[in-house]
Amino acid sequence: MTKSELIINLAARFPQLVVKDAELSVKAILDSMTDNLATGERIEIRGFGSFSLNYRPPRVGRNPKTGSKVQVPAKHVPHFKAGKELRERVDLA
Amino acid sequence: MTLTKADLAELLFEQVGLNKREAKDMVEAFFEEIRVALESGEPVKLSGFGNFELRKKSERPGRNPKTGEEIPITARRVVTFHASQKLKSKVEETYGGASA
Repeated sequence: MTKSELIINLAARFPQLVVKDAELSVKAILDSMTDNLATGERIEIRGFGSFSLNYRPPRVGRNPKTGSKVQVPAKHVPHFKAGKELRERVDLA
Repeated sequence: MTLTKADLAELLFEQVGLNKREAKDMVEAFFEEIRVALESGEPVKLSGFGNFELRKKSERPGRNPKTGEEIPITARRVVTFHASQKLKSKVEETYGGASA
């Protein structure tokens, strides 16, 4: 399912709304989730899962082309942990 | 402050102009649609945010950490999330090497 399919499915669930409302809603939700993660805040959606940041310490990497060493700085990467309901529904019983 | 469904509903009320009831239902439906797709084995690709994918894990040996007793971890299907390049760079930009 892509973002545009998600918008179509949501619009179908809300016949009183126009497709534009579903589109704006999806955009607002994703933008807000992105902004929160970008400022280091957690996202907790009961029954779905949580998003947080994981710390990656600095390390010495290598340029795969030249083999020379490069310092890779510390960074944070987004992490998702599926919640109980999602985990159970996705698991093949 | 942790972002929750209530915060997202408030946002749809303020920014999109849905009424309170619709805003709450929309947030619920948003996550339910994603769950339905994943449940049916279909990956979900939200461009600019990330992809939710499914992985099949075969049975592997495990252990009860309390008793040390060996018990197999059954085969299962799990969800993995891969952040898009856009989300990753936004996180790095505003929240680079700073400690959590």
